This record gives sequence, structure tokens and C-alpha cells, in this order.
Amino acid sequence: MASGTQHVTEQLDQVIVRFAGDSGDGMQLTGDRFTTSSALLGNDMSTFPDFPAEIRAPAGTLNGVSAFQVHISDHDILTPGDSPNVLVAMNPAALRANIDLMAKGTILLVNSDAFDERNLTKAGYGTNPLTDGSLSPYTVYEVPMTSITQEVCKEAGVKPRDAERSKNFFALGLVSWLYTRPIEPTINWITERFAAKPQVVEANTRAFRAGYDFGETAELFESNYEIRPATFEKGEYVQVTGNQALAWGLIAASRLAGLPIFLGSYPITPASDILHELSRRKEFGIRTFQAEDEIAGIGAALGASFGGAIGVTTTSGPGLDLKSEAIGLAINLELPLVIVDVQRGGPSTGLPTKTEQADLLHAMYGRHGEAPLPILAPKTPSDCFAAAIEATRLAVKYRTPVIVLSDGYLANGAEPWRLPDLDTFEPIDPGFASEPNHVDDEGNPAFWPYVRDPETLARPWAPPGLPGLEHRIGGLEKADGSGNVSYEGVNHERMVHLRRDKIAGIASDIPLAEVNDETGDAQLLLVSWGSTYAAVAAGVKRVRARGMKAAHVHLRHLNPLPSNLGEVLGRYAQILVPEINLGQLSRILRAEYLVDAQTMSKMQGVPFRVGEIEAAITAMLGGKS
Amino acid sequence: MSESNGATATAVPVTARKDWSSDQEVRWCPGCGDYSILAAVQMLMPELGVRRENTVFLSGIGCAARFPYYMNTYGMHSIHGRAPAIATGLATTRPDLDVWVISGDGDALSIGGNHLIHALRRNVRLNILMFNNQIYGLTKGQYSPTSEVAKVTKSTPFGSVDTPFNPVSLALGAEATFVARTHDMDRAHMQETFRRAHQHNGAAFVEVLQNCNVFNDGAFEKITSRDARASMLIPLQHGQPIVFGAEGSERGVIQRADGSLEIVSVADVGLDALLVHDEARDDPGLAFALSRLAHGPYEPTPIGVFRAVERPEYGTQMSEQITDAQAKRGLGDVAALLRSGSSWTVD
Repeated sequence: MASGTQHVTEQLDQVIVRFAGDSGDGMQLTGDRFTTSSALLGNDMSTFPDFPAEIRAPAGTLNGVSAFQVHISDHDILTPGDSPNVLVAMNPAALRANIDLMAKGTILLVNSDAFDERNLTKAGYGTNPLTDGSLSPYTVYEVPMTSITQEVCKEAGVKPRDAERSKNFFALGLVSWLYTRPIEPTINWITERFAAKPQVVEANTRAFRAGYDFGETAELFESNYEIRPATFEKGEYVQVTGNQALAWGLIAASRLAGLPIFLGSYPITPASDILHELSRRKEFGIRTFQAEDEIAGIGAALGASFGGAIGVTTTSGPGLDLKSEAIGLAINLELPLVIVDVQRGGPSTGLPTKTEQADLLHAMYGRHGEAPLPILAPKTPSDCFAAAIEATRLAVKYRTPVIVLSDGYLANGAEPWRLPDLDTFEPIDPGFASEPNHVDDEGNPAFWPYVRDPETLARPWAPPGLPGLEHRIGGLEKADGSGNVSYEGVNHERMVHLRRDKIAGIASDIPLAEVNDETGDAQLLLVSWGSTYAAVAAGVKRVRARGMKAAHVHLRHLNPLPSNLGEVLGRYAQILVPEINLGQLSRILRAEYLVDAQTMSKMQGVPFRVGEIEAAITAMLGGKS
Repeated sequence: MSESNGATATAVPVTARKDWSSDQEVRWCPGCGDYSILAAVQMLMPELGVRRENTVFLSGIGCAARFPYYMNTYGMHSIHGRAPAIATGLATTRPDLDVWVISGDGDALSIGGNHLIHALRRNVRLNILMFNNQIYGLTKGQYSPTSEVAKVTKSTPFGSVDTPFNPVSLALGAEATFVARTHDMDRAHMQETFRRAHQHNGAAFVEVLQNCNVFNDGAFEKITSRDARASMLIPLQHGQPIVFGAEGSERGVIQRADGSLEIVSVADVGLDALLVHDEARDDPGLAFALSRLAHGPYEPTPIGVFRAVERPEYGTQMSEQITDAQAKRGLGDVAALLRSGSSWTVD
């Protein structure tokens, strides 16, 4: 559908749209559809779903507001954007909850039908913001979305109450027109998704078209906008979320190792989607086990690892607490295990649907005894794929549990992903033990489960099934070599050192830290880890555009750290570590390297804005922001 | 490791008890009932026609949990209460293995109660032997979830006040498909019970009454001592009237009109009036009623198989879903998986 002659179509290089409504209004779905049609147009994009923990908080209240922010552009972007250009507000609460994010002059598209006294009161408005002048700094478009939707659906015989539920598609249609998105992909999607309910297909399609046509014909808008495709590297692209990429990465790792996956998991936000995704993919030989609790989830995964599978458990903070004892067992048993912690706000139940990075020290130290294990964190949603493969590689090669620290932002955020060439990933050799490795006192061949590979210090992995390799392992301290129970002090100390050295030695098997320092003479180094990568990289780019110098190093491996990191940190006079916690990585860096790593902390359940990073860098460099 | 790795076409080698004993010194207290259970198991294994390399003994924490160290098989001594969960992961990914879970009353019913009931209801192919000595032995004598009310221990100097679990009742309530009871004073009965548990395709739960001669000596003496057995143990035999007691003074179990059970003198009612034990009965109600006959190990107590019914095994069903998915969709293709949503190409 071409835009009408009365409208001018202007070019934009990027736009940030935020859809907000009640948690039952379908805002996540609306945002997701807008994202997909933008991705198919070839725009770069980054999304940020921002929803409450309640499935359906009381309608019309601030607590129930669910939002989806999407940043689309004609160039390479890293974040879902700081401040939206357009806010779609389906009711007064959605407006009130999000208005502080909006800069002056930005567009508010409001569903005027919802601005009745009852909804205004529920949202805590004393007067109607549409009429009291408080919105004068913004460009406000009042659109009676509910009544138009009901009107167009009535013709198809849909009752007004049912039709009301399609109003999100009206909003989607209107925004699709405003940003010249194609309508076919969405109509096809509606037809497929609701195939079992023809009347819903009809209602949603009519609402969607009505929204699109409203933009075209209502003479409310002077122009609509076009965002040209971004210049991407050649290749095939898909849109992925972090949880999806992580699940796919595990599947790819299973293929690379030639071993089946066993996922033991207990439903928990925001990690459940990994369980869902893997449960759908049984053709890959995956066993998914929804356990009775978090402990059984990891226990069963560990049992599967003992049997020669890739044991995986997925969880979030509260679940990681419960798994601590079993992680300690896995460290003592020295068996491969992949533990995925999709971090959320804590402590305790905390902020189930909001992002945080405050589990790093828990991952590092959250077990009794000296219990080290490798930790790594993906940096973007699509990077979860490679992180899952890397975690599996380390787990298998070093016979150790590995913790992957994803977070709520990565888990639900989406971005375009250039599909990797699967052949570029190295196979993962399980290296199962195949024969006795010792001779007993009587000269008979024997199998000792704790004889170590001299290079990796890994012990043999001998799943049951081979005669002559029968052995017993357990949580009690074991004698070096034979693996028999040993309470001997000197042996214990040796085993503690061996377990430490094994994990520390992984530093020689991971990439060196790579500093992005354009001119090579920056004084300030920014250190990012996990999902802070995007805002930090974008912030550094911005200050450079303003003539300032800042270097950036991103850490994917948090334990062990890259072997050159001390040297890298030592080169800079100032070090800034932005983290969604109170300074957990900076604490590690200070302890490890005796450097004055400064913390930049934010704990609001949302990622850093690029502007915040930019301001912090500017302040540290003594400039004005 | 592929699922078939353990299975080979050659005949199962003939073994003896010593082949199933590890080189580790057994370190239970002298006189502990665990010794006779270990002996019963080690002597039974050669008769089961199974391979050592395909056999795994898994345990949690407690005195009983040392058991795997003494078996020359694959084994894991894990953490407190979690053995049924760990065993679930192992047994479902490796249907070729014979997985035994060795547990105690504290391990299985207290800290690990959740895992036990879920393993039972799922019907995972596991042989779960729970040594019940009604005491915490390894931590030196605190009361356990099966200790009788008013039990005086170090942690209950004024007597315990909580009602104990009846392990057989609990297992039946947890939808278990195989539930049995035996005791450490009768090797033949133990072996027969363990053999039945091993034959069962699903989760088999066996309560083994076991004497802790250090912290709870004689807990079962009133029913399991040589002199008491005949009059105090009620052997359950499938298809047979439930009868016990010395010749001439036999007693039996009848079902009253209201459905409840009663112990009566056989001479009074006649053999035909006795309840005939049906372990395969789908409804667990009668098995449950039998489990409630004794209020503690001082009243006539049924032993043997309470319940043995067929229900699809968990791991088998898990595997079938995979086989079905592969039959319908083909073996998974990672490249296709990555393109399962909308994809677009940039030239």
C-alpha cells in the first residue's frame, strides 16, 4: 500500500518507538510484530520488552503497564535507545508510566477512548492530561482506537467486547503506516497465528487495516516516515532473542560434541523460555525434564552428565541459590555441567521481570569451601548462541560445571543476527575414558577416576557401560589419583590446589582481552561485561565523535579472566566499570590487579542508557556533558 | 555416550559375590544392620543376570549412603536427599543401565522427601532401597521422620512431638507402582524383595527395616527377632490369603463390611474369610489399609510386596517422544533450526 498523495514521506535515519498499554493489551506482541516487519525491511534493530511481574495486574493501573521499546535504524545500532521518539499509549496509566522517558517535541499517539474519568482516576491523574495542557511540550495525536476498532469489527459480526481486544492491532497498523512498514507480513502472520479462530483473524486483520488506513486518510498527520535498510554485512539474517539463541547454542553444542542434551529445569522468569524452546526440539534428541524443584533440575542434569550426556540446567537468581550445593558436588565430582543463570533483580524474589547483573559474585563465590568454576557472559542477545557453545566446550574439556550469566535484558531483547557458518565452530571432543589407566599393587589393570591430564588437569570422564572402568565418585574429598575417600589433610590441600589450578589454567585456552582504543593514547578505559557491552560501546562511540578519547575492553570470560587483562588495565590512568550492580566486577578487578577500577552503578531494572555512559565518560575526562 | 554403548551381544559373565565387592574397607559400626543388607545385595547381584559395568549404585548422605563405595560397580555418593533426582537424570538418559538408589529415613523422607515422591509418581526405572532405622546415625543420634512420637534423643531431650511418616503409606500415596517392605534380619526375604524390585519396570520402593545398634538398638526387635517373627510379621503373598502366626495359632486379616481391615484368629473365621492379597490391584486403597495395620514396630506388621502394578515408565516415554519427533520431522538439522523463524538475506 502506497502512502497517500496528501502525505509527504520523509527520510529518517532511525526511530525509537515505545508501545505501552495494559499487560493484557498485547503490547509485547504488537512490539514484536513491528520489530519483525522492520527486520524484514532490512533495518537494524534492538528491542527492550519491559513488562510487570503480574500476568494481569488490575487493568488501567500503573502496576499493570507493559511496554515494548524498539529501536530501528538505517545504520548499525547496539541498544534499544535511550529516549523514544514515539510513545503509543493505550490508556492513561501507560501514558503516565512512560511520559518521563519522552523528550520535548516527541510524538504521543494516544488511544483517546481510554481517557475516561475511571481510567484517569486509576492512573492517578487529577485532570485529563489531554485537555489540561500538561502535554503541550509534545506532539499529541488523539486517536479513538477502541471505537474505530469496534466499528470496523461490527461489520464482521464481532461483538464490541471481543473487538475491543483487537485494538492493539489498530495501533500496530497506525504505527506501521507512520513508518511505512509493509502490511503483508503482519496480515500473513495474523492469519497463521489465529488460524483456529477465523473470527479473531477477521477482527485483528480489520483492526490492523483500519489503523493503517486511518493514518493514510485521517489528515491528522502531515507526513509519514521511511527508514532505509541498514548496511549489513552480506549474509543471511534472522531476528533472535537471547533465550532463543541460548537454546539454539546448546543444541549446536550438542551436535559439535556428538552428545545428547539433558536439560533439568524448573520454571522461573526470565529463564523459562529456554526450557520452552528446548522442549519443542525433541528431534535433536533433547531430553527436557521439568523437575519438582531447582535442586532436582540440577541434580538430574548432573546425573545425566555422569551418564555421558551434556547436563544443562537453566534458572534465575533464586534458583541459583538453591542449586549451590549441587554445583559444589559437580565441582568435586569434576563432571561437565552447564548452568545458565538469566539474572534478574534481587535479592530474594526481587524484580522477576527486570534485568540486573548482581549475581556475578554469587557465581564466583556462592558455595562453601574453595569451589572455583568458569564463568562467562554473553554480550548481546545473539551472542548467547556462541556463549552456550563456549560454555559447553569448557565444561566438557575441563570436566567442570560452567556458569553462563545471561540477564533479563539479553533474554527477552531481540536483534538481527547474521547466521554463523556452523562449520567454523570446532568440534567438542568428549574424550571419554576407554581403558584402565593404572596398575594396582597386584599388577592388574585398574581405573583411577582422578588421574589428571597433565595439560588441562582434567580427570577422565568414564560414563557407566565399560567393563574394567567401574568406579565410585562422590562429594567426600578424594585421594589424588585413585579417587578413594580420603580425609588426609595434605591430600585435601593438594586437591584444593588442583581444582583451583585447573580452572585458573583455562586462561590459556580463552582469547586475550582486546582493547578498542582507536588512537592508542586514551587515558580512560571502560570495562564492560555481559549486556553492558551495548551501552558502553555506543557511549564510547559518541564521546569519540565529540573528540574525546576513551578505550573500551569487553570481558566475556569472568573466570578465569583473560591472561593479559592485568597488563591491559595497567596501561590506563583511569578505569570505569559500568555495571547493573553495586560494583561486583570492579571489586574483582581491584582485588586481582590492585587497580583503581571505579564503579558506575545502576540498579533500576533497566540497562544503561547510552547518554548515561556518555555523561560518565565526559565527567571523568573533565569535560562537559 | 550413546545409549547402546553399554549393551553388547555377548553373554553376561558368571560372577560371584566377590566380583561385586569393591576393595574398600566397609566402615559401618560393628553389628550394624547395613552389613547384612550389603551382603544380601552382593550375593543377589550374580543371580540377576546383569553386568557390573551396566549397574550403578547412587546414594545421598547418611550411613546407608556409603553403600556405593562397597559395590564394585559404577557409583556415586552424592548430596543429602538428592539421589532420586540425580538418578532420574541418569536413568532417563541411559535406559541401558540398572540404577539402584540407596537411602535412609532421614535422607529419603526428610531432606529428600520431595525428590522421592516425584521419582515415585513419575515412575522412573529405579530400585530405591530405603534403610529405615528410625534415627539419624551419622550425625550421632537425633530423631528422624520415622521415629516414634515421644522419642528421646539428643535433639529431643523432652521427647519428640511430631508424628512419624509411615514410609509404605507415603510411597503408596505418592502414586508408586511398586512398594515393598523387608528387614535386615532375613536375608532370603530381602533378596526375594530386591529381586522383585529389580524386575519391576518403573520406580520400585523398598523399605528395609534396619537396626542401628548404636543409636536405636532394638527398634524392630519386637517384630523382627527370631522369636517374634512368626507372630509379629505378616508375610504378604500375591494371590494368597493373608495369614501369619505359628501353626495352631494362625491369625489372618479380614476386611470388614465398612472396608477397614482387622486381624482375627483364623480358627474363629475360617481360611476362606481371609483377605486374599492382590498386589496387582489397580486401586491402592487396600495396600494402603494394609500399610496402616500396624501403628508401629510393636504390632503385627506386613512385609513383602504391597503393590506391584504396571504403568508406563518415565524414561521410556521420554525416549518415545524423541523417537516420534524424529520419525515425523527427521533428525534435527541445526542449519534449518536457525532459520525456523523469518530470515532475510543481505547481498
